Amino acid sequence: MSDTIKFTLDGQTLEASAGETIWQCAARAGIDIPHLCYSKAPDYRADGNCRVCMVEIEGERVLAASCIREPSDGMVVNSSNERATTARKMVMELLVADQPAREGSHDPNSELWHWAERMGQTQSRFPARQSPDADDSHTAMAVNLDACIHCTRCVRACREVQVNDVIGMAGRGSGNKIVFDFDDAMGQSSCVACGECVQACPTGALMPAGGAGKIQADKRVDSVCPYCGVGCQLTFNIKDNKIVSVEGRDGPSNSERLCVKGRFGFDYINHPHRLTKPLIRRDDAPAKSADMDLDPANPLTHFREASWEEALDVAAAGLKRIRDEADGKALAGFGSAKGSNEEAYLFQKIVRAGFGSNNIDHCTRLCHASSVAALLETIGSGAVTASFNEARNSDVIMVIGAHPTSNHPVAATFLKNAVKRGAKLIVIDPRGSTLSRHATHFLQFKPGRDVALLNALMHVIVAEELYDEQYVQAHTEGFEQLRNHLKDFSPEEMAPICGIEPDVLRQVARLYAGAEAAIIFWGMGISQHIHGTDNARCLISLALMSGQVGRPGSGLHPLRGQNNVQGASDAGLIPMFYPDYQSVDDPAKQSKFEALWGGALDPERGLTVVEIMDAVHAGDIRGMYIMGENPAMSDPNAHHVREAIARLDHLVVQEIFLTETAFFADVILPATAWPEKDGTVTNSNRQIQMGRKAVTAPDGVMPDWWIIQEVARRIGLDWNYDHPSDVFAEMKQCMDSLDNISWPRLERESAVTYPCDGEDLPGNDVLFADGFPTPSKRGKFVPASIIAPDEMPDADYPMVLSTGRQLEHWHTGAMTRRSQTLDDLEPEAVAHLAPNEMDRLGIRPGDDIEVATRRGRIALKARADTGIPKGVVFVPFCYAEAAANLLTNPALDPFGKIPEFKFCAAKVEKAASAAAE
Amino acid sequence: MAADKAIRKFGHPGKGRRGGRYEGKGRQVEPAALSEIQALLGDRPRRRDLLIEHLHLIQDSAGHLSARHLAALAGEMKLSLAEVYEVATFYAHFDVVGDGDSAPPPLTIRVCDSLSCDLQGAEALYDNLSEKLDSGAVRIVRAPCMGRCESAPVAEVGHRHIVNATPEAVSDAVAAGETAPSIPPYVEFDEYEKNGGYHILRACLSGERDIEEIISTMEASGLRGLGGAGFPTGRKWRFVRAEPGPRLLAANADEGEPGTFKDRYYMERDPHRFLEGMLIAARAVEAEECFIYLRDEYPGLHHVLAKEIAKLSAAGLSEGTKITLRRGAGAYICGEESAMLESLEGKRGEPRHKPPFPAQVGLFGRPTLINNVETLYWVRDIIERGAEWFPAEGRNGGKGLRSYSVSGRVREPGVKLAPAGITVKQLIEEYCGGMAEGHEFKAYLPGGASGGILPAAKGDIPLDFGTLEDEGCFIGSAAVIILSDHDNMRHAALNLMRFFEYESCGQCTPCRAGTEKAVKLMAAADWDQPLLKELSQTMLDASICGLGQAAPNPLLTVLKHFPGDST
Repeated sequence: MSDTIKFTLDGQTLEASAGETIWQCAARAGIDIPHLCYSKAPDYRADGNCRVCMVEIEGERVLAASCIREPSDGMVVNSSNERATTARKMVMELLVADQPAREGSHDPNSELWHWAERMGQTQSRFPARQSPDADDSHTAMAVNLDACIHCTRCVRACREVQVNDVIGMAGRGSGNKIVFDFDDAMGQSSCVACGECVQACPTGALMPAGGAGKIQADKRVDSVCPYCGVGCQLTFNIKDNKIVSVEGRDGPSNSERLCVKGRFGFDYINHPHRLTKPLIRRDDAPAKSADMDLDPANPLTHFREASWEEALDVAAAGLKRIRDEADGKALAGFGSAKGSNEEAYLFQKIVRAGFGSNNIDHCTRLCHASSVAALLETIGSGAVTASFNEARNSDVIMVIGAHPTSNHPVAATFLKNAVKRGAKLIVIDPRGSTLSRHATHFLQFKPGRDVALLNALMHVIVAEELYDEQYVQAHTEGFEQLRNHLKDFSPEEMAPICGIEPDVLRQVARLYAGAEAAIIFWGMGISQHIHGTDNARCLISLALMSGQVGRPGSGLHPLRGQNNVQGASDAGLIPMFYPDYQSVDDPAKQSKFEALWGGALDPERGLTVVEIMDAVHAGDIRGMYIMGENPAMSDPNAHHVREAIARLDHLVVQEIFLTETAFFADVILPATAWPEKDGTVTNSNRQIQMGRKAVTAPDGVMPDWWIIQEVARRIGLDWNYDHPSDVFAEMKQCMDSLDNISWPRLERESAVTYPCDGEDLPGNDVLFADGFPTPSKRGKFVPASIIAPDEMPDADYPMVLSTGRQLEHWHTGAMTRRSQTLDDLEPEAVAHLAPNEMDRLGIRPGDDIEVATRRGRIALKARADTGIPKGVVFVPFCYAEAAANLLTNPALDPFGKIPEFKFCAAKVEKAASAAAE
Repeated sequence: MAADKAIRKFGHPGKGRRGGRYEGKGRQVEPAALSEIQALLGDRPRRRDLLIEHLHLIQDSAGHLSARHLAALAGEMKLSLAEVYEVATFYAHFDVVGDGDSAPPPLTIRVCDSLSCDLQGAEALYDNLSEKLDSGAVRIVRAPCMGRCESAPVAEVGHRHIVNATPEAVSDAVAAGETAPSIPPYVEFDEYEKNGGYHILRACLSGERDIEEIISTMEASGLRGLGGAGFPTGRKWRFVRAEPGPRLLAANADEGEPGTFKDRYYMERDPHRFLEGMLIAARAVEAEECFIYLRDEYPGLHHVLAKEIAKLSAAGLSEGTKITLRRGAGAYICGEESAMLESLEGKRGEPRHKPPFPAQVGLFGRPTLINNVETLYWVRDIIERGAEWFPAEGRNGGKGLRSYSVSGRVREPGVKLAPAGITVKQLIEEYCGGMAEGHEFKAYLPGGASGGILPAAKGDIPLDFGTLEDEGCFIGSAAVIILSDHDNMRHAALNLMRFFEYESCGQCTPCRAGTEKAVKLMAAADWDQPLLKELSQTMLDASICGLGQAAPNPLLTVLKHFPGDST
């Protein structure tokens, strides 16, 4: 109350609260003051430079920019008198003087022309300046600085909002110029193509390439991005049933921000490779073999088109035959973290209730299975304890084994925002990234030595008594045991193992433990090891002993990889749990689900992803139903996987493209892509969000939920869902996590965080302020010892191979390599190597090289990457022509059953042809 | 083993329309360039606020800023490429050389083309030198006011200023390789101290003298900010002192207003009088650190100040207050106090919006006392002589003393310490030996480029704060430029508008586009007077800072008083 003041604007008395500007108060009062450099989008700082919002303040010598000026008590402001309006019109006239003519301009509907028209100032009496040249070097965006008004919205977009730091304002005075890096062409600059500048530009100087911004949409549909676990809300602009452009929407996780995939990566749905007819493997098709390579443009070399009726019958009959001949355990299903919650639920239900086993899994096994195992074991909940947006309240942020600037780009922006605000960032990773520059401490430690490093940090915290004794007493158990265990892990002893100096370990430990609020983010650098669960246990112990859980700005956040890996896991797409992590081997839960689903269920845990492939080799599993997964590319030791799926008696694949896995199918069921269907997804933050159908699917393509239901009906299940909302309603019956979250509410609000305590309450962003959902209500310390990676480098294979993702490509590349923009940006397989390593190997950037392990050999190009340490080769796994997973080691973490994608012994050689040059 | 099998080449769904990328995105840091930069920076901190200092290091050692060095500097300082580039390209004294562009010749000769030098034949000098000297070894460039207007025209060979420059004098300096700044004799530390210097400061440091009494004396003296704004100095000290700590002090030695050279004059002769004033001010506001922002046009003074600051620090006189000397890099706008703060933080010199004022939110966000060099220069005298001394001076109703920088068509130009309120006619006759031979007093600029132009008929107005505003003029830093019947007023106005166009930071539309459009309109044979007046009004009303707000003053006053002059 005392915070508000009263002032007069154009004769009206208005109230302003602290921090509110004259412009904002005016807008609230319905007074529309022109504005150009000021953006109403979240997190855009007012800059007051364009001067089209000038107002007169009584008693002041000069006019004031209303967008940046805060009123004071009793101030008398005029926005509509002659002095103010004359100045605004003159400013507009100055700007219009230098614009290309409206007709034929880059964006005739820009904010600039909107205001020029409103102000009656679309013409100018002034001579024009010399126009800068156009820059069309970027595949996704057009730069036409002849329309630039120097308002710096793009600079703030790039530097302050997304913190990609590419755009600057160079030169001085009328020679001022928006530049990328050193006035480089945008396409040659360090631009990551998030497109925030395009979204921010009020004039058309920055636009989507190819005139996409000029197309007037006939429909706009609000939905969610289908790529990573950030779960950005977006709006599809549609013209004639095609997505012409995408804008960020103010979702809880993204505040209108998007990345290159979310903004420019949607044309895959119109790719000519789209499967639009059900396919049945031809009787005369060549025998399946692991080395099969089909042309996705022409499946008819191995398949024949079939009616839905026939395809569904054949698909179901094969599964039913195996189930009936052997038993349900001879069947397995791989669902997908790229589908909706409803699809995930139905898919696990068909496997459990229809096949009769718990052999159901999905790529969570390959991502965060170990993290979830550790979290469930220690704090009783497998999801994040706080959203990544909580970084806004953190004073220390630790990012370990994660590359959010590539893999969770929009989440990374919030971390960088926090650093700009003054938070300290600790980055711990063998591999550097663009985030490292923002770090106060960047610990480039030895691959696979996480436990040594983390135990050393905890050793310091215990030895120096920096731990939160009160918290440990009130909310944890097992501290004494851990304290004893940590004695052997002094920084001096761990330094040679992890490669980080003892002093640095001490500084980091003190920084973390001493923080008011510290949050830990981790990715697959933690989870994808045979000691992945131990790694996660260490992080949890670190947070618990420091009392860094349960308060704003504190917490544990495994950055979930796929758009719906959280939701798919919650929905039960994992072999040991029914929906909501209810154990399949708990008889009470079993009875509950038997009652709900109407049939007997298998009391034994099912097999996990890698175990299923081994079971196929062993002949124990003979049939599979794979929906939206691509194990031929995504699973470790992919040759072994391809051999397995080639051996199956019956393989049903439900897909949008002829993926490397679909090569091996007996029946292929063409399904809808994300923008073609309704459904909910749950992001890394536990936010359940509504995806809305934006375009009509191609003829012949059916929604996944319908396909699953049709297969289910044909194997004896009496299902009668009419829409995903029916499925959601059933999920609510068995999932407490959905309490107070209904389909209509999601339609209305677009996102609700779970758990949620009331239908009219927001969900809980930060959990466990008061204990944990464990039997004792306490968080448990689980000590971890050092385990060496499974396959250490040796004389034959002297280097370490690590795999992962790239910003522009998604998972196995099935979608993104079919997006023209993304394919333009990253068109071919590359192996990342340290420049000095390349010198040692006599390899130049762009040379053809070969990377080999005990499991395979691939050929690709070399890329110099200063973030890679010596002795390491990093290969993204999205490239079919050089599939990194032909090389990876399938050795598993014993708890999470996650393979060691992040470490195996490898060698790198110049390719024979290149060497001969 | 599988590994040794022939490689199976699989197909892929990409089109590969564009070529691959074999390095990181954008420019990569060259290892050799990085080593060079690391060696150059040595153990200097890599803090962002030192960016301009580090750019100077590179410019000084390499003669320019190559893209490879800038990229390496960005990497070393953990800054983005854009952040480094936009700062480097803002300042006139940095020569950014892009890939494939040729580096500038090893020697640069700058010829001042601001009004006082222009009156004395700078254009002819520039043309002559360009013809004679411009080569692979030397380049001739135009430059704005170098603060030596009493000896116009001025050229700078490397860092050596040639006053009353002739083509021969410049050529001789080039031939002799005389490119280091010349340093005239001055009162050094020992001498200053011997003559009673630092007595007051020591008394303040020891607690013998009460700070409250010092501030009261300053208030009572009526001293006002002599950088141009005229804010009462004692009151400013009190304001800043009342703000929560930690507090800072910034001494504005970026005297760039064309026609102004008084700060250089005092610092060149008696630097410690300024430094003592600064340190007393620092005690008054309990500033933890004093920054001196010295314009890069005064390279000799940089040596002098660095040397003398070291001496006074060694004598224990800067106890509790660190003194940091910083170089500008060729940007008039950085004389604007908030732009100076930005520059001190290592950024582009773009003025900040006010409020908040620097006294509340200043350098690095801290309450900051900003005083001009001359303001601080008088502190010792005022305290020694008592509050009554300073206001006792004055004439025609003015109070105190002013250091008028007089240049142009007078017989004896120079810094004239004269009573505040003196008229220009009195100043010419009593202090400058009258008009130059053969010149008849026609007009004058009372306050440098920004203060407007008045006709001789208005030569009886007292020159002081607040006396010229009714005429659309102001005294500012008291840079008085005298024009004669030989001079064309429209030409003078265009010279000044070109200066503002060149020096506009470009942040706000009225100033960036306004100065550019005004120059275009004023370069035409016929001036579109109504449009120029409309434009001027918006520049006055809607520019962010004083540069844009004052830029139309010469234009408007010429339109008013000299409608007959034609170009």
